[in-house]
Amino acid sequence: MKTGSPLIIGGREIKNRFFLGTGKFKSKADMKKSIIESKVEVVTVAMRRVDTDRHSENILEYLPEGTIIMVNTSGARNAKEAVRIARLAREAADIDWVKIEVINDSKYLLPDNYETVKATETLVSDGFTVLPYMHPDLYAARELQAVGAAAIMPLGSLIGSGQGLEARRFIEVLIAEIDAPIIVDAGIGRPSQAAEAMEIGADGVLANTAVAAAGDSAAMAKAFSMAVEAGRMAYTSKFIPSKELAEASSPLTGFLFDEKQ
Amino acid sequence: MISLTELKDILNNNDREFVEDLAQKARETTIQYFGRVVSLYAPLYLSNFCDNYCIYCGFQKNRQVKRKKLTIDEMHREMQKVSAAGIQNILLLTGESREKTPVDYIKGAVQAAKEYFPSISLEVYPLEVDEYRELFSAGVDGVTIYQETYNKARYKALHPGGKKADYQYRYSTPERVAQSGIRMINMGVLLGLSEVAEDIYHLFLHLEWMEKHYPGVEYALSFPRLIPLKNSFNDYIEVSDITLIKLICMARLLFPRVGINLSTREPAAIRDHALMLGVTRISAASKTTVGGYSLCHANTKAPQFEVMDNRSVKEIVEMLEQKGFDPVFTDWRADGIRNQLRPFGGRGTASLRRPFGPS
Repeated sequence: MKTGSPLIIGGREIKNRFFLGTGKFKSKADMKKSIIESKVEVVTVAMRRVDTDRHSENILEYLPEGTIIMVNTSGARNAKEAVRIARLAREAADIDWVKIEVINDSKYLLPDNYETVKATETLVSDGFTVLPYMHPDLYAARELQAVGAAAIMPLGSLIGSGQGLEARRFIEVLIAEIDAPIIVDAGIGRPSQAAEAMEIGADGVLANTAVAAAGDSAAMAKAFSMAVEAGRMAYTSKFIPSKELAEASSPLTGFLFDEKQ
Repeated sequence: MISLTELKDILNNNDREFVEDLAQKARETTIQYFGRVVSLYAPLYLSNFCDNYCIYCGFQKNRQVKRKKLTIDEMHREMQKVSAAGIQNILLLTGESREKTPVDYIKGAVQAAKEYFPSISLEVYPLEVDEYRELFSAGVDGVTIYQETYNKARYKALHPGGKKADYQYRYSTPERVAQSGIRMINMGVLLGLSEVAEDIYHLFLHLEWMEKHYPGVEYALSFPRLIPLKNSFNDYIEVSDITLIKLICMARLLFPRVGINLSTREPAAIRDHALMLGVTRISAASKTTVGGYSLCHANTKAPQFEVMDNRSVKEIVEMLEQKGFDPVFTDWRADGIRNQLRPFGGRGTASLRRPFGPS
């Protein structure tokens, strides 16, 4: 369906399909190095952490030139708060790519799909390029697509857990049924898991903790970038079918058929 | 959830390897859930008038200390000073006197604070849901409320008068806060008032109950150790450094996403080590006297507790960076744009704005 086609979000072609979150790094310099070395094009920034008042504290000033900034609505507990945060981002920093993140559970941090749909609808009509983070539910994904989401970001597993593609089967359903790009977000702990997401046909992968909390963040960012690229290349190259058992050409019973022929 | 017996076993086990192992696990969990980010805040004492008789407290009603509450002008002076040091997250405190510091007074302080701080928390006497709601609308993000001790008999003995004598009313305070819509609740006990394992066990149960019933709230825990002012109170348990560190580690492992605060009532050495193990929020350059930042010399008014870590905000930031942490000043904005939030475009980095042209 999307084989070989470029990834276009908000009218812009994204070549590096690995997206990086900017939280949890040990320093802003470390974050910047990770972006540069992995050649990431799209980053998410939590508006709650953006401090435009002070130069040294302003995360936006550490982003390499040309980086596409997608503000996330981290901290929003409902659609109303998410909309307010996105508008604040536009007013304060002139950013109009927004990752909607509506979470009303501080223990599991699972996204609230109902509120996410509402916020998406409002922000799309405000002219934002909206990428909602969601629990991979087909009905919600259809709604999000219908109200104009630029891409849909289902979680791979619990955010920050590093458990990988626990939700694989449901993400496959979204990949099959939804035309908007699918970016797997949350729970991706290793480059191999990112590659797996790409191999099943996801259009991109977003990670944060796995890179920010790694021993060497810049090297890990690069590893993710390469894995995402490898996974995509594998997906577009068409796999051999996978089978339960080795394929034998009936060496034991073949004679029965041969004789008859 | 851990059992009381298991919790006691851990607190009693001071084997070097066991403690190190606990710390290693706590550190790993902290990095996984919080990365290397530490939030900074400062307390601001608005008033030390109090109607309670907490036997251990420097502000209790019977104690002969000079009482003071800040006027609006004084609040502004204090806030300007704290804000100028770089702090963006303020904790406003009062003694527990509804009469001297009614909700309107607190609301006035919150409105003043909004001019300087993106995020405002309160540590005041327990309020009703409607009152919390009013303060939430005025811009309050968080409330700190300590049960002090969960041992009811001990609670009764230590809080002989005032509204605070009502254990149940205090216990149900976090629930009222949550019902009001306020987004952050910081809970704790005053370590040393009663048997530590029992107090912590009940604190964890209380938090677990809150998490289940009010999942949308961001929770945090504090582990203040009682430091009585000189010659004022002797009937308490000394809580050792090793116990404090183990409590922080256990909290981190049992509640991986919960914030953990450590105030300047702890000395620098403890605070710096605890950062590695689970502490995610620390206060900096705190004054615990009313008017302590701008109005008086720190030693002319009685503090609620003695500050053990007197480092400046700058020194704290340097320490954090040296240890490989990213100090965070802004972690939430209750409001939209305020006056001092200048447009990003004014910084000569226009190339970062709309990298793909206006939509």
